[in-house]
Amino acid sequence: MNDIFEGLTQAARLVVTLDADLAEITLRSLQVTVTATLIASAIGLPLGAWIAVNRFRLRRIVIVVLNALMGLPPVVVGLVVYVILSRSGPLGVLGLLFTPTAMIIAQVIIITPIIASISHQAIRELWADYHDLLISLHATRRQRIATLLWDGRRALMTASLAGFGRAIGEVGAIMIVGGNIDHATRVLTTAIALETGKGDFGLALALGFVLIALAIAVNLALHVLSGTERGSRW
Amino acid sequence: MVSPILPLTLENVELRRQGKRVLGPVSYTLDGEGITIVMGPNGAGKTSFLRCMHGLERLSRGRMQWQGDEDRIRARQAFVFQTPILMRRSVLDCIAYPLILDGLSRREARKAAEREAEIVGLKVTLNAPANVLSGGERQKLALARALIRAPEVLFLDEPCANLDLHSTAEIERVLAGARDRGTRIVMSTHNVGQARRLADDILFLSDGRLIETGSRDVFFAGPGTPEARAHINGDLLP
Ligand SMILES: Nc1ncnc2c1ncn2[C@@H]1O[C@H](COP(=O)(O)OP(=O)(O)O)[C@@H](O)[C@H]1O
Ligand SMILES: [Mg+2]
Repeated sequence: MNDIFEGLTQAARLVVTLDADLAEITLRSLQVTVTATLIASAIGLPLGAWIAVNRFRLRRIVIVVLNALMGLPPVVVGLVVYVILSRSGPLGVLGLLFTPTAMIIAQVIIITPIIASISHQAIRELWADYHDLLISLHATRRQRIATLLWDGRRALMTASLAGFGRAIGEVGAIMIVGGNIDHATRVLTTAIALETGKGDFGLALALGFVLIALAIAVNLALHVLSGTERGSRW
Repeated sequence: MVSPILPLTLENVELRRQGKRVLGPVSYTLDGEGITIVMGPNGAGKTSFLRCMHGLERLSRGRMQWQGDEDRIRARQAFVFQTPILMRRSVLDCIAYPLILDGLSRREARKAAEREAEIVGLKVTLNAPANVLSGGERQKLALARALIRAPEVLFLDEPCANLDLHSTAEIERVLAGARDRGTRIVMSTHNVGQARRLADDILFLSDGRLIETGSRDVFFAGPGTPEARAHINGDLLP
């Protein structure tokens, strides 16, 4: 109880004084996860829509694989990315290990299946509603997907947010591929793990509160943005 | 003048679903002008017949042929479903949608949609989400959306099935107007009065088969088949 109170006061102090380390770590967290979410959305949203709209031979298998990938243990993803990016690995020459880019790659792998799977679900429902109309109006395949993505944008945003939430709180994979290097790859979650390990619960909790506030703020911001659009009743 | 996509010919067309024959074999040629009304009891295959002609159903057997290239064939016909399919957009954007697909700017498309809403007598807040509309208004939206490309052929599947007399009369007025502007209309109904008012020709379906075809006057003067006779007499009884 004392720890929590101390954590809160310390968090407040760090935020109010715009603590340089905290700002740096927070910004890096945001930068890594926002980038990962954008990339994963760029892959996952159209992929989910594509699977929802097209009947192809391996469709069922792709869906099963996607769902299986959703449950992928992040630590294992981290390990695999580590092996691939390590100096002797296939992409070792790129020198990406222990950089924010490596962390982004790991997060993209972790959340793309989540985003694809949720958007697939949403778009499939919309497609069932729209199917006859879009066929009747002779919409091209590209137009159909664009229409479904646009009209399903709220559900898709939820999918992206779910991915963001998963990524911003992830620690295992980015610890492995990022290395939690101070002023280089340290982010909120890895810093929390570190401070907890050192026994500095106050600072760890302070970072934790910032992390939670961040997640809530991003959700709220998007909620407000989408709520003020016209036709918000959809 | 662009070359027409009519006539449409069906030769021994058959639709089977889950091992059951739902339509056919039907042979029929759609051509000429005016309004053709498709009648028949529930389950006779009216919906299947219309969907089939519009290209929404895969034929199990037989041949179907429109004129011209595939893109024109598809773009020059429209379909109004029994239950209007609403998009998650504003009323105006729903109506404008076909023109957006055709590559018009949103501004132009919405302007055309406003005119079309006026023509079908859709007097609602056009910027409201489409799902706030009543049944009759939804059907008018669907009609405006179907007419906005000025189709050569318009299919309607029982568009007035759930509407009150006033909405029905308004839709009939719009359809008569579209016919006068040269749109070939094929519409199913189980409302015998509506068939009498609107039809130039009647098709009568029973058990998936086209058992009568002919002009309205000939049909109503005395249907040749007992099924058709029973249908109109049954509907006319109080
Ligand atoms: N996809 C389908 N699967 C199985 N049966 C169907 C399917 N579509 C239509 N049917 C059947 O085909 C028959 C004709 O249906 P329909 O064309 O809707 O008739 P109508 O519009 O005249 O009432 C009905 O008996 C219906 O149950
Ligand atoms: Mg029907």
